[in-house]
Amino acid sequence: MRKHMTSMEPARDLFDTTPQLPEIFARWFAGRGWQPRAHQLELLAKANAGRSALLIAPTGGGKTLAGFLPTLVELSERGIRPRNLKSTGRALMRSQGLHTLYISPLKALAVDIARNLEIPVHEMGLPVRIETRTGDTPASKRQRQRRDPPDILLTTPEQLALLLASADAPYMFGTLKRVILDELHSLITSKRGDLLSLGLARLFVLAPRLATIGLSATVAEPEELCRFLVPQPPRGEAHADLVTAQAGAQPIVTMLDTEEHLPWAGHSARHALGEIYAHIKTHKTTLVFVNTRSQAEFLFQELWRANDDNLAIALHHGSLDVAQRRRVEDAMANGKLRAVVCTSSLDLGVDWGDVDLVINVGAPKGCSRLLQRIGRSNHRLDEPSEAVLVPANRFEVLECRAAIDAVAENAQDTPPLRTGALDVLAQHILGRACGEPFIADELYAEICSAAPYATLTRADFDATVDFVATGGYALKAYERFAKIRLGKDGRWRITHPRVAQRYRMNVGTIVEADMIKVRLVRSRRSGAVVPRGGRLLGEVEEYFIETLRVGDTFVFAGEILKYEALVEDEVYVSRSDATDPKVPAYEGGKFPLSTYLAARVRALLAKPDAWRALPDQVREWLEIQQWRSMLPKAGDLLVETFPRAAKYYLVCYPFEGRLAHQTLGMLLTRRLERARLRPLGFVANEYALAVWGLGDVALRIARGDLSLAQLFDEDMLGDDLEEWLAESALMKRTFRSCAIIAGLIEKRFPGEEKSRRQLTISTDLVYDVLRKHQPDHILLRAARADAATGLLDIKRLGEMLSRIRGRIVHKALDHVSPLSVPVLLEIGRETVYGEASDMLLAEAADELIKEAMR
Amino acid sequence: MSQAARNLAESEGNLIVLAGVPLLADPRGGLYWHEHGLLAVADLHLEKGSSFAARGQLLPPYDTASTLARLSHLIADYRPRCVVALGDSFHDGGGPARLGDDDREGLRSMQRGREWIWLTGNHDPEPADGIGGTFTDSLTLGPLTFRHLPSDTPGEVSGHLHPVARISHRGRAVSRRCFAADKTRMVMPAFGAFTGGLNVRDAAFADLFGTLAFTAHLLGDGRLYSFAAKRCLPD
Repeated sequence: MRKHMTSMEPARDLFDTTPQLPEIFARWFAGRGWQPRAHQLELLAKANAGRSALLIAPTGGGKTLAGFLPTLVELSERGIRPRNLKSTGRALMRSQGLHTLYISPLKALAVDIARNLEIPVHEMGLPVRIETRTGDTPASKRQRQRRDPPDILLTTPEQLALLLASADAPYMFGTLKRVILDELHSLITSKRGDLLSLGLARLFVLAPRLATIGLSATVAEPEELCRFLVPQPPRGEAHADLVTAQAGAQPIVTMLDTEEHLPWAGHSARHALGEIYAHIKTHKTTLVFVNTRSQAEFLFQELWRANDDNLAIALHHGSLDVAQRRRVEDAMANGKLRAVVCTSSLDLGVDWGDVDLVINVGAPKGCSRLLQRIGRSNHRLDEPSEAVLVPANRFEVLECRAAIDAVAENAQDTPPLRTGALDVLAQHILGRACGEPFIADELYAEICSAAPYATLTRADFDATVDFVATGGYALKAYERFAKIRLGKDGRWRITHPRVAQRYRMNVGTIVEADMIKVRLVRSRRSGAVVPRGGRLLGEVEEYFIETLRVGDTFVFAGEILKYEALVEDEVYVSRSDATDPKVPAYEGGKFPLSTYLAARVRALLAKPDAWRALPDQVREWLEIQQWRSMLPKAGDLLVETFPRAAKYYLVCYPFEGRLAHQTLGMLLTRRLERARLRPLGFVANEYALAVWGLGDVALRIARGDLSLAQLFDEDMLGDDLEEWLAESALMKRTFRSCAIIAGLIEKRFPGEEKSRRQLTISTDLVYDVLRKHQPDHILLRAARADAATGLLDIKRLGEMLSRIRGRIVHKALDHVSPLSVPVLLEIGRETVYGEASDMLLAEAADELIKEAMR
Repeated sequence: MSQAARNLAESEGNLIVLAGVPLLADPRGGLYWHEHGLLAVADLHLEKGSSFAARGQLLPPYDTASTLARLSHLIADYRPRCVVALGDSFHDGGGPARLGDDDREGLRSMQRGREWIWLTGNHDPEPADGIGGTFTDSLTLGPLTFRHLPSDTPGEVSGHLHPVARISHRGRAVSRRCFAADKTRMVMPAFGAFTGGLNVRDAAFADLFGTLAFTAHLLGDGRLYSFAAKRCLPD
C-alpha cells in the first residue's frame, strides 16, 4: 500500500484513549491496534484552537493522517447537525460547502491520498465526501464540483490557480476552513511555490476563518515555512506554530568500500557494478538513486548485463512514458521488484514500505536531499534505514564522506525561502482579473501578505500590472490591444472573454524544454518508408535530438536505440545491437553541490587528520597532491598553473558546483583574452575549473603584470557579465521560460495546438530586441533574477568571489597536479568555450578546407 | 562605399557569383550589386510585433525600429542608388497603417535621394499608402530577376523561404540565417528582427534547386561561413 495513512505503532495500552480524540476515533485507532502519536494530537489541539501549524515529521511518521485528523474530527461532529439543503434547479442537494483543500505537488499523490483517506472515513462511517481534481478530471465533474463542492478536495497548485481564476471562486471557497499543504519543503523551492503562495493569499481573503496545516520533511529553516503558511502583516512577520514529530531511528549510512580501482573522473560508477549488484541480491528491495536520467539509463543497462540471476530490476525516470512509470510503481508496491534504478522522479511522494536498502550512486549533492532519499527505505520508525553511498570518482568520495558526517549530525541544507518571481506574479494578476475585477490597492495588499512577495514594492507591482495590460513597454503602442483595462469603477477587468480562455490554457509554472516523443519502430530497410504507430517509449528534449544524425545510437528507456527519422513531432527509433551507444546528454536533475556540503568538503581537504576515514586510494592521492603541490586551507582558493603539451593551464578549486564554475569559466576567459593570454577553452566540473590557452599565466604573474586577485575580482560580475548575457544561450533559455510563464508567449491556443510552430515566435529574437530597446523591462529583470540562482548560478559565484578575496593561493607547477587530473579528464567530454558560435563555425569551415586539401 | 563595406567587398568569401554576376553578400543579410548600386533585402516583416499584439500576444513593439536601424547601417555603408525590398516587407496588410511616427520618419529619410522598390509578397500583396517607394511584382535587370516567391527562372534572387542552416561541430549545433545559392539562383535570408527560419534541408529547397547541390552561406560576425547543403543538418 502506498503512502500509509496511519501510524504503524502497535497500541501499548488499548484503554489509554486520550480525552482529545472523539470516541469514534479512539475506537477506530484501538480497533486497528494503533495509538495516536503525540504529534497527531498536538496538531489536533492546534487546529481546534484555530491555529495554523507546520508539522515536521520523518517519512512513515503518520504525517498525512495527522494532517487530515482535525478535518475528519470536525466533519464528524458537523455530521450530526441537520444538513443544509440547497436547490440546484432540478433536485435538492446536501451541501455545507468545501471544508478542506489538500494540495500536493504530484497529481498521483493527490489521487493516492484520496483513496487511502476513504479507508478511515468508510470504517468510521463518517459523513464526508472526498474528491480529487486534477488535469484528468472530466469537464462535467469539474463543473459539478464548482456547483456542489465536496467536503474535502484534493488537488495541485495549478488547479487551485484555475479555480481561483473564475467568477464563482468566492462562492466555492467562502466556506473553506482548512488548507493542507503536503510536501511543503519541496513545493516552496520553485516557482510553483510562488504560485501557490499567491493562491493561498487569495484564499485567506475569501475565507476569513481559514487555517493552514503544512506537512514537511525536516528542513534547515522551519521558521521560513511557518511564515509561508500564514498571511504576513504589512510590518514584521507572522508565523504558524511549529509541531515537530519525534525523529526516527538514526539511519545507518556507509560508503561502499570498493575493492576496485576508483576512477579519477566520470559518473558511471561502472567499477562498482558488481558490488551494487551483490547488494541488490542480498536485500529484499533496493532503490538505486542516481543524479541524471542518462546515468539511470546507463546503470540500468549495465545491471541487466550483469543480471545472471534474472532479478526483477526496473527503471524509473521523468522522461519515461507515464504509463510505463505507473507500471513500475505498481509492481514495486506489490513487492514484485527487487530493485528500481531511479532519479529524483522518486524523491517525492509515493512510499513503499518494503524497501530495505537505498543505494545512492554518485555525489549526494546535499545532506537534506540525501536524508530524504534515505527516508524512502524502511518506514518503521523504530528501525534504522539503511543506505550505501557509491561514489563514482575520487572527488565524490570526499563529498560522500562529508555527507555521511553531516547526516550523523542531522545537519540540514535545504535552500532558503524564495523571493517571489515577477513572471509568476504576472500570471497571477491576469488570473485574478479573469476571476473578479480587482482594485489595484487591494490586490497589492493581498499579494504582499504572501510570504515570498512580502517585500514586493508598489512600483514593481504596478509595472507588472502594466505588463499584463499592454506589455509594459516604454513605447506605449498597444493601448488598443490591452488584455486588461482599468474601468471607471476603479477595477481592472479583462477586455474580452477570449483572454480568460487563453489564460486557462496556459496556466502553470513548469516550463519544460520542448520535448519530442520517442516511438519505437522497426528498422528501415534501405529506401523503405518508416512504419508509423509503434510503441511510445517516452520523451526527450528537442535539443538533444537536434544533435543527432540519422543512424546515431543512444540509450533510452533501458534500450539501445537507433535514430531513424523525425516525423512531425515524434522521433522514430529502432532497436539497435550497437554496443557503444552515444549516451543521451539530456539533463534531468543536475543539482549543484549544496553550499553547505561544499564547505564541509573544503574543510575535509584542509584537515589531513580526517583523511583516515577515507579509502586508501583517495588518501594516497591527497598525500601526493600535498607533496607535489598543496592543499588549501578551508577558506582559501587554490589556483595552480602548469604547462602541458605546448599549452598553459590554470586550474582552480572553488567547489561551488558546475553551473557557477561554467559562468566563472565564461567570465575568466573573457578577461584572459583581454590580457592577451589567448585562452583556448575551459572545462568545469562540480569541484574545479580548468582554463587553458597559449599564453603563460605563471610567467605573467612572476613578471608582475598580471595579478590573480584582479583576475578573480568581483567586478567581473559587472560589464563582463553583461556582455556575456547578451549572447548566452543559457540566458536565452532562462528568458524563454519567464516569457512563457508571464504569458508573453503562449504555448497553447484554443483549437490550434497543431499549428503551434507557426504561431509562436522564437523567444531568442524577442530577447535580442527587448534587450537592446528596453533593458529594464520587467521580463528581463525576471530572467536576471532567475539567472542569479538558476542555470548561471551568478549569486553563488558572487558569494564565492567575495569569500576568496585576499585568500587566493597560487602554486606555479612544472606539470599536472594530482588534484587537477579529474577535471582535466573531462576535457573533450564537457568542453564549452564561449557561446558565440562563430568560433565553432569557423572551426567547422576550416576543417572542411583541411579535408579538401588533403 | 564606406571602409567597412570595402573591407567586406575585398573578402572573397563574401562574393557570390550568380548567372555570371558577382554579388556582394553582406553577412548582415543584405545583397549588394555594385554595377547598379543596388541593395536588396528580403522579408523585413515590419510591424510583426504589433500584428501579434493585435491577436493577443503583446510582443515588444521594437521590431520595426530594430529592423530599420540595421537597414540604415547597410544603406549608410553602401550608399546604394536603389533599394529593393523583396516582398513581405510588412507582416500584414494593416502594417503600414500601424507604423509608428518615428519609424515612418526613419523610413522616409532612408528613401531620400534614392530609388526605393517594394516588391509585393504574400503578406503584402497590395501597394500601400504612406510608405513611399514604388510597387511592382518583380524586377529584371540584366541577367537577374528579383521577386518574392522563388520560381524556376534562371538568374533569380528571391526571398519568402527564410533559409536557415544548422551545422554541428564537436557535439554542438549552431543554427544561422543564410543565403542559399547555386550558380543560377539564390534565396536571400529574412532580414526582419522577428523572422524565424526554414531549414535548408527542408524539401522546399531541394525542390527549388533540383538537388542538394547548393551552398548555404551562413551569416556570421563580419563574415559568411559557407557549407555545402549536404553538410548541413536537417531539423
